[in-house]
Amino acid sequence: MSSTLRVSLALVALGALALAVSLWLGPSSIANPLADDSATRTIVWEIRFPRALTAWLVGAALGLSGAALQGLLRNPLADSGVLGLSGFAALGAVIAFAFGFAVFAPLMALAFALLAAALVTTLGWAARGPASLALIGVGLSSFAGGLIALALNLAPNPGALADLVNWTLGSVEGRSLSDAFLVGAFLLGGGVLIVLAAPGLQALTLGEEAAAAIGADIARTRMLVVLGAAACTGGATAVAGVIGFVGIAAPHLVRALGGYDPARLLFPSALAGGALLVCADLAVRVLPTDTELKLGVAAALIGGPVFALIAARLTARGGEE
Amino acid sequence: MSALASLSSVGVMLGKTRALDDVSFAIERGNIIALLGPNGAGKTTLLRVTLGLAMANEGRVLLGGDDPCALHPRARALRAAYLPQRPQAMWSVSVESLVALGRFAYGAAPDRLGAADRAAVDAALEACALSHLRARPMNTLSGGERMRAHLARALAQSAPLLVLDEPTAGLDPAQALAVSDVMGRHAQAGGAVMFSTHDVALAASTARRIVLMHEGRIVADGAPEAALTPGALKNVYGRNGRLERSGGAYAAVFE
Repeated sequence: MSSTLRVSLALVALGALALAVSLWLGPSSIANPLADDSATRTIVWEIRFPRALTAWLVGAALGLSGAALQGLLRNPLADSGVLGLSGFAALGAVIAFAFGFAVFAPLMALAFALLAAALVTTLGWAARGPASLALIGVGLSSFAGGLIALALNLAPNPGALADLVNWTLGSVEGRSLSDAFLVGAFLLGGGVLIVLAAPGLQALTLGEEAAAAIGADIARTRMLVVLGAAACTGGATAVAGVIGFVGIAAPHLVRALGGYDPARLLFPSALAGGALLVCADLAVRVLPTDTELKLGVAAALIGGPVFALIAARLTARGGEE
Repeated sequence: MSALASLSSVGVMLGKTRALDDVSFAIERGNIIALLGPNGAGKTTLLRVTLGLAMANEGRVLLGGDDPCALHPRARALRAAYLPQRPQAMWSVSVESLVALGRFAYGAAPDRLGAADRAAVDAALEACALSHLRARPMNTLSGGERMRAHLARALAQSAPLLVLDEPTAGLDPAQALAVSDVMGRHAQAGGAVMFSTHDVALAASTARRIVLMHEGRIVADGAPEAALTPGALKNVYGRNGRLERSGGAYAAVFE
């Protein structure tokens, strides 16, 4: 069995296990989630299952787009959050929500994520070393943050403000099956584009010049990854708000388990992202806090220090992994 | 016999600087051409424009009879293989996976190699004396081994023309000679090699034809003794220098 397959199977098992535990654990104790009374059915299949499934799909979308962006930019610090795609997607969705066009939130999130992806890959293409690219992303993210504040400021319906702020913190609480379908559709579309880019990502292991010289169409690869990552991030952000670090952590986890090839990293990274986010959501649900911790907040609390560690290790090694 | 690649009156502008000016030459099967000249003379630009990785603003470039910029990257890769200056390998790929990337243009991937691809990868590893290191991650190799792995990647492409940008930079004499031997065998087998270097002695010992560049122009083109005269060396490098023959090899002495 190849190592990619072994890692994938382990991650599928972890995801499935976390999903199963999610059905069983929660504020109201349920002894048997498969029991046939209406209260159990409602809690398990209309609340817990859609929430956990949404978490898995959001995590998978972020993990996949992180792996693709890292491969394209040859930068282990890249992901939708760091590069500003998530921030811009949130901006698009906030504009839609704040001005009463909630139906268009996913499309706006997609369009804005696309804009950020195009900007960051164009500005960052010639960036030397992983840190300089991350800085461009930081710039884009803070710009998006400022514009979100502006949109909230100008929003004609101040009553919705609290909801919006809550949403930008990132959460899958109360998500329905239709939310899960929405992320799933975006993930599928983005996934197809990213899989088409996989050979190009493999070639980019050699750097841009040599990749072009062995026959890779770099412009096409870049376009596919930008579109695919934007679709994944747009869908995930429209449904769950901004959730950082999953996109960085997932590919790193897979690399630590022995996969380096940027093409063979894609699928396991999606599985790892899904499993990680279901576990994180499980944690925020069972933690005994008065108000439930937001998933995006929890991800940042764990992911932030991990990100700093990876960055410090890379800087120490002069940017080579 | 038609040339593998040819440039006629090629000029390239990089921003406002003229990187190449009225450059013409052709490379045929069996040739080894060494490009010499100081930093900034236009060697890398010449190599890139030959491969279609940079556009010529003036003149005409032909790679196997076609404009390389108009070819699909895969078609281009079947005609010429390229080793850029300071080649990279991200993500700690293994030597074997790196070399297998040379088969990209044939539709192969490191985890999906046909029989022909496997044979080409094995032959390239063998030619660069890397068979025993095939499973090693690239970031555990020495500088010389790493350069040989990148050279093997270019060889695995099985393209007639090898274009190498400073393939011996930073290598010890033994490693540099090993690279030189690989180039010699490629030309003997009916291919052609064009490489740039700052090592005047190695260039003269490896190549039967030297192209000497200065400020974007070719100032000498011919056999080592004919091209690297004391006058030409003084003109290009600004120092008194001469080429000395000893046995089958050359030494370059600068004062």
